Amino acid sequence: MQLSGAEITIRCLEAEGVEYVFGYPGGAVLHIYDALFTQDKVRHILVRHEQAALHAADAYARATGRPGVALVTSGPGVTNAVTGIATAYMDSIPMVIISGQVPTPAIGLDAFQEVDTVGITRPCVKHNFLVKQVEDLATTMKKAFHVASTGRPGPVLVDIPKDVSQHMAEFLYPDSVSMRSYSPALRGDPAAIQAAVDMLLEARRPMVYVGGGAILGNASGQVTQLVKDLGFPCTNTLMGLGAYPATDPQFVGMLGMHGTYEANLAMQHCDVLLAIGARFDDRVIGNPRHFYSEGRRIIHVDIDPSSISKRVRVDVPIVGDLSHVLREMQTLLDASKKRPDDAALKEWWKQIGEWRGRNCLAYDRSSAIIKPQFVVEKLYEVTRGDAIVTSDVGQHQMWAAQYINLTSPRRWLNSGGLGTMGFGLPAAMGAQLAFPDETVACVTGEASIQMCIQELSTCKQYHLPVKVINLNNRYLGMVRQWQQILHGNRYSESYMDALPDFVKLAESYGHVGVRVENPADVEPAMREAFALKDRVVFMDFMTDQTENVFPMVKAGQGLTEMLMGAEDL
Amino acid sequence: MEDHQQPMRHILSLLLENESGALSRVAGLFSARGYNIESLTVAPTEDPTLSRMTIVTSGSEEVIEQITKQLNKLIDVVKVFDLNEGRHIERELMLVKVRAEGVVREEIKRTVDIFRGRIIDVTEKTYTVELTGPRDKLDAFLEAMDKRFILETVRTGSSGIGRGEWILRA
Repeated sequence: MQLSGAEITIRCLEAEGVEYVFGYPGGAVLHIYDALFTQDKVRHILVRHEQAALHAADAYARATGRPGVALVTSGPGVTNAVTGIATAYMDSIPMVIISGQVPTPAIGLDAFQEVDTVGITRPCVKHNFLVKQVEDLATTMKKAFHVASTGRPGPVLVDIPKDVSQHMAEFLYPDSVSMRSYSPALRGDPAAIQAAVDMLLEARRPMVYVGGGAILGNASGQVTQLVKDLGFPCTNTLMGLGAYPATDPQFVGMLGMHGTYEANLAMQHCDVLLAIGARFDDRVIGNPRHFYSEGRRIIHVDIDPSSISKRVRVDVPIVGDLSHVLREMQTLLDASKKRPDDAALKEWWKQIGEWRGRNCLAYDRSSAIIKPQFVVEKLYEVTRGDAIVTSDVGQHQMWAAQYINLTSPRRWLNSGGLGTMGFGLPAAMGAQLAFPDETVACVTGEASIQMCIQELSTCKQYHLPVKVINLNNRYLGMVRQWQQILHGNRYSESYMDALPDFVKLAESYGHVGVRVENPADVEPAMREAFALKDRVVFMDFMTDQTENVFPMVKAGQGLTEMLMGAEDL
Repeated sequence: MEDHQQPMRHILSLLLENESGALSRVAGLFSARGYNIESLTVAPTEDPTLSRMTIVTSGSEEVIEQITKQLNKLIDVVKVFDLNEGRHIERELMLVKVRAEGVVREEIKRTVDIFRGRIIDVTEKTYTVELTGPRDKLDAFLEAMDKRFILETVRTGSSGIGRGEWILRA
């Protein structure tokens, strides 16, 4: 049957089992919107800004593991989307972005709403395509979904000129595609896996370091089993939170710039490090030279060869799908007669116990002003750790990461790589659509929330009852913290004057707004808010303006050179 | 990653999809990640769906390893091979227009002959010389010429191929 390019586009989405498309219409995508209108299988969510469409689709992907889909028009539609595309790219999130383009005869003539979309997005996508004729459209869409969701996942953009969406072609959606230039590794090298197992069994001070790859690769079950079996300490990165359960005694907390004392010290002083789906980035290991100063052997398992030996040279590189590789490791381990050295492990755990004794996440619980950590702890208690938590970027993000003990993957959605303020609220929408019956909470600050606050309107239109936890300290908190610690208390442009009345603002969008000013009111307000199952509740917590995130490793410092609290300033 | 070694010159041979945009993906990768690029040449192969590219770059072993991995990650790139890993041949074509008047005319002709170049265009005042060889041979020719006589230089950048029966195939 002959279909228009627009109809073909929607049929491809249908064939891929796409439930939701997040988007915003415009001239170049009018045919596609027309095709959306005449069917009811793929639902469209109209956001209020293209950046939010990307974040919502991105969070849908993070929460479900299925590719998120966004649809934007040419020109400003695409440029607005770029922040969201880059956010997904940095965190390796599978997404397919469909963008409209001016008609092919107009390309290159500076037509209305024309930008070089493929050129602008090239450095922040896994791949992109410009579809020049309608006959190529279906295959291109198939390739886009294939590339986005296999190997190291990532966003893939398909740019469709307006005439291509109008032209007719025979529709045939391929069952599979093969690309001679793209075949991600699946199985790791057996010899390397054996070497890794031998090394693990010889370790006296082992450490397991788990990144977002374990979540993307659906390997958190294998990670947990392996770590439990070996009895080793385990840390998760910001992106890996939930991969290994935070409530387990073998979990030593998140590591890195705002990681726990015990995680950072164990990372530095271990003799064998097993890195799983992590990339040794600057926020995780600090200064690589300092990290090198302590000799340790490193096993690194990752699907992306370019992540291995990029910042830190490793001893045993294993390229492959994490669940495959970890299953192989487990099999070898089960078959081995050798067990980890009990006495050495005991000694190592004793050392870690001493580090834990520092109680590095302690804060003033008797404060008369609301402490932000207290709000996050209460959120965790009131939701019994059951909520899907999204976050914006800054101090609140770090506190959420430190004080919410995630026990399963895909329940902590944040922009870890790019650090995109404005991510939290649209991400909450995407997660809520994916899981309508779950509680979704967005931990944010008064600065971040204002970067995508217009999405309160989208929440209203689609009845997405997300709960906003606004830690309002009237400062760009993380900027203020760095200025206090690194720039001699010169608070350059980090104070936010003229804030809106968030309660009234929430109400004007048709939601419930609550302001909380006393520590005693935090828990009751939260209980009440979460009891309102079908409403958006915007909770505006007036928190301590001077609070800092500790521990803190200053940029460029070594991982063990931590500031532990105000006394270290 | 810590760099302990001196940068070394490497010749990378690539097969990539002959599609618009493939070149900009490779060039963009080098600029975005701050890799050196001495020269880059590209043209379609006997299979019109494939292009063969030669990139001359420099870096420590670690950097070259990263460059190779990052190139392999590009979806349009089918194969990457570092020619330095085996015996190989490198050739570059250069066209040089030189002022050739009066007494030096004969001397220039002799120099061109020594370098096994060819004079492919002649006017009363100029010669246009065609010269092929590895980069250092072309450099040596330019050094042998009196700078005042060189009017214009066009170089293609190096192309490389492995020696013997070894073949880079898609």
